[in-house]
Amino acid sequence: MRVTFPHMGNLFIPVKGMLQYLGVDVVVPPPSSKRTLTIGAKYGPEFACLPLKLNLGNFIEASEKGADTIIMAGGCGPCRFGYYAQIEHAILEDLGYDMKLIVLEPPQEYLSELLAKIKELSGNSSWWHIFQSIRFGYQKAKAVDKVEKAAFWARPRELTPGSTEKAYVRSLEMLDRSVSQITLAEAKRNADELMSAVAVDSKKEVVKIGLIGEIYTVLDPFSNQYLERKLGHLGVEVDRSIYLSEWVNEHIFMGLVKGIRSRKEACEAAQPYLRHFVGGHGQESVGNAVNYSRAGYDGIIQVFPFTCMPEIVAESILPKMRDDYGTPVMTMIMDEHTGEAGTLTRLEAFVDLLARKKEIKEASCE
Amino acid sequence: MKIGIPRSLLYYYYYPLWRVFFEELGAEVVLSSHSAKGILAAGLKNAVDEVCLPVKMFYGHVLDLVGKADMIFLPRIVSVEKREYICPKFLGLPDMIRCLKNLPPLIEVDINLYKNNKDFYSAVKNIGNIFTKNHLDIWGACLKALKAQKKYFKLMQMGLMPSEALALIEGRVEDKSLPDGEKMNIALLGHPYNIYDPYISMDIINRFRAMGAVVATAEHVSGKIVRNYAARLPKKLFWSLGNRMIGAAFHYLEQPGISGMVHVAAFGCGPDSMTGGIIERYAHSSGIPFLNLTLDEHTGEAGVMTRLEAFLDMVRWRKAAFGS
Repeated sequence: MRVTFPHMGNLFIPVKGMLQYLGVDVVVPPPSSKRTLTIGAKYGPEFACLPLKLNLGNFIEASEKGADTIIMAGGCGPCRFGYYAQIEHAILEDLGYDMKLIVLEPPQEYLSELLAKIKELSGNSSWWHIFQSIRFGYQKAKAVDKVEKAAFWARPRELTPGSTEKAYVRSLEMLDRSVSQITLAEAKRNADELMSAVAVDSKKEVVKIGLIGEIYTVLDPFSNQYLERKLGHLGVEVDRSIYLSEWVNEHIFMGLVKGIRSRKEACEAAQPYLRHFVGGHGQESVGNAVNYSRAGYDGIIQVFPFTCMPEIVAESILPKMRDDYGTPVMTMIMDEHTGEAGTLTRLEAFVDLLARKKEIKEASCE
Repeated sequence: MKIGIPRSLLYYYYYPLWRVFFEELGAEVVLSSHSAKGILAAGLKNAVDEVCLPVKMFYGHVLDLVGKADMIFLPRIVSVEKREYICPKFLGLPDMIRCLKNLPPLIEVDINLYKNNKDFYSAVKNIGNIFTKNHLDIWGACLKALKAQKKYFKLMQMGLMPSEALALIEGRVEDKSLPDGEKMNIALLGHPYNIYDPYISMDIINRFRAMGAVVATAEHVSGKIVRNYAARLPKKLFWSLGNRMIGAAFHYLEQPGISGMVHVAAFGCGPDSMTGGIIERYAHSSGIPFLNLTLDEHTGEAGVMTRLEAFLDMVRWRKAAFGS
């Protein structure tokens, strides 16, 4: 059994770590690329959202590398994601790929089934060993988040252009390579050192933007055209409404780890505007926009795949939030046709606007 | 008091229920005008670009009720079947509409049968309390409303379209004989608010009929058959309307009298992108002629007509060549 799974930004680092710790033979799909997207768009349903197409491309490319089993998350709606695995599997079958599908459905509904599948996947390891490997994966996810946050801070302030990027890539490589608790601890230390060694102008005034929206396009740089990196180079400090470890905690541990941001806070903040959950992260998007506005961010960017239903609801409601708080919001919609130059132009214009607004505000305060 | 109901979205399913309910409680029900260019234009102006055509239309219908109604009935339909939803946009609809300016008060009640069918009455009670505090009156109105609704669904399962069933209930037409099965039968699948809204669908049902076809829709199939056939999927769909379409499609694919299948989707519709794909896959493997029609606000009528005509020609030739 050679197991593969879809890409979502740096998700592969903790997932690969966890599965290898369990002793599973893992095939990480090649990083999402234009080819991945072309394959996915060719075989996926025309109006399916972008993540489905990228998943499909990932699976086909992984199968070329020898994978024969797919692990995929499930869901119980109303967002389309809950039916992804079945559709993708049917398409792969039609194309003649003989791959086994293991869908991990949310534990609220199918706990015993989920546990049985995990046991099967692990080749009947003891529960203690399984617990240890999940913990190992989670620690990696947290380490990855720490590196990302450091990069968000350093990018707009770096003295040598590109130095943050170099340290960021090197740090992730080190985390990815660690295979045991001991090597992971060492990799974490080295990554910390590398990230803090980036020469920065810490007194520089920077524009701050909060990134909200659909989870996949927020977490996956390929699908959002490397928004965070582009913004960083434009001198913007970015914060993301959700990080990997938070997502893992919410969706896999059911919020068991306390003391980190949870979706509950966001949903409470959304109450005046959106009173009911709408699937996906629609309600969280509205709530996080409110939270970023309250925290004094200069602007908000909402990003989601074309035709994403929950985020369209959020998009319809965000103008009201913007009227109340005065924080500019820009919506960027991603699909397989997006050209990079257009994205960059829009980002530049938005950042210029925010910088000007900030200057005027500060001048009037003095 | 005048209660406004937008002639859009789930109006096509649940109008008889709410009309009887409100009238029993002494309110007057006002419908928005029939879908038309002006209504769509108002919707386009006020909704974000990304929402689908039927939701844009809904915005227009709500705005059409301004000045006509004292209150607008806008329930949040979260779920109408156990463990199923409608679509995320229905979950956020009241919040989206509330962003419009100068609206009369809205009657916003959550209808959520996701966990339990009994939750329906508690929602109904909340609505009834606007008119009366007498629980017996509300209960009586609710029973009458459910009866009217049952009759409506039954008429549709006998082969009537929603507009015909409504006309019959309201006593506007003579009882018509049911369509005979000798002609060319076309299964027309799509969200009810798309296929039954003559403006959105460009009157596809009557056009098909004028070209000599008998149209069968998902609403003509009983809930039991739908559930049985939909259970063939490897995993149950969590959209009620999608389930109905899939179940009806599988049912019609096995009916020898059905000579062609048409799937109508709104541009950018999330559930349609998945259910449409599934139906297409099964239709292809069964060999039945299949047409996928995607509609948006820009669709030219002539283009759609040409496609329908070509499709029916193909079905006819095939029938002539292979017999029925």
